[in-house]
Amino acid sequence: MSPTISQIKDWLDAEVLTGSEALERSISMAHSADLMSDVLAFSHSDSILLTGLSNPQVVRTAEVAGILGVVFVRGKRPAQVVVELAEEYGLPLMVTNLSMFDAVGLLFARGLRGWSLVEPGSAA
Amino acid sequence: MSAEDGQGEAAPEYLQSFTIVGGDFAAAGSVSIAAKNLLKAVGFPAPVLRRVAIVAFEAEMNVVMYGGGGELAVYLSPTTVRLVISDQGPGIGDLELAMQEGWSTATPQMREMGFGAGMGLPNIKKNSDRLTIDTAPGKGTRLQVEIDLP
Ligand SMILES: Nc1ncnc2c1ncn2[C@@H]1O[C@H](COP(=O)(O)OP(=O)(O)O)[C@@H](O)[C@H]1O
Ligand SMILES: [Mg+2]
Repeated sequence: MSPTISQIKDWLDAEVLTGSEALERSISMAHSADLMSDVLAFSHSDSILLTGLSNPQVVRTAEVAGILGVVFVRGKRPAQVVVELAEEYGLPLMVTNLSMFDAVGLLFARGLRGWSLVEPGSAA
Repeated sequence: MSAEDGQGEAAPEYLQSFTIVGGDFAAAGSVSIAAKNLLKAVGFPAPVLRRVAIVAFEAEMNVVMYGGGGELAVYLSPTTVRLVISDQGPGIGDLELAMQEGWSTATPQMREMGFGAGMGLPNIKKNSDRLTIDTAPGKGTRLQVEIDLP
């Protein structure tokens, strides 16, 4: 199950803020968190990140963790400086009006999984 | 670096250092990404780059949040990358406690940014092959991390 960012965008009825040239990247896992330390500790590279935060550290965390795209939930739009930072890294950013729960549920229903089901041992 | 490194293997040689500005939350993390890009240019494989970047990033956030500013220095040998992250801040009184997952003195502002869950130091340890921390109240904090190349 490795959808493209473009497919995820459609499923979440999301708007692309930057990175439209990278939407054909395929995503192997998803991670949702408002805690960036959790992303750094548990996410895998080649994941999509869903978050309710929209500060510059979200974009830097994604860049550090090898995240391929970020979805901001419940219509949380980042400031222009954050969008520009993502542009610099070539990191696609999207915003959806869905809540975290609903966005995550829709992606799970489409077959995407997080690390604890894909690689249960990887928390060690 | 000097005599302390002589252990048979070639000691990592100084490559570059970066200044970390204390309290600058808007810029926090940029130094780690610069260091990551430096090592990417050197030709590091992605999985090692990721570990190095994660360690650097959590350490940099700590220097920004608690250390009042400091420095990240990168050293390299054919087998190892060494990061030295240092500050002249308040130091850590009880290091054993600080190493425990969930222990944190972060302010609400830091938590709002997605940090301050007490997971930084444990995750630095998890991603490093060797970690040394020198710290004492009033004496600042110095992390030396080594990550071996595959
Ligand atoms: N460079 C530092 N200078 C002073 N105190 C620090 C430093 N780094 C970490 N600490 C202390 O150790 C605690 C745990 O750090 P860490 O594991 O990174 O978690 P967090 O940053 O989420 O609090 C911090 O809350 C802080 O009290
Ligand atoms: Mg920390």
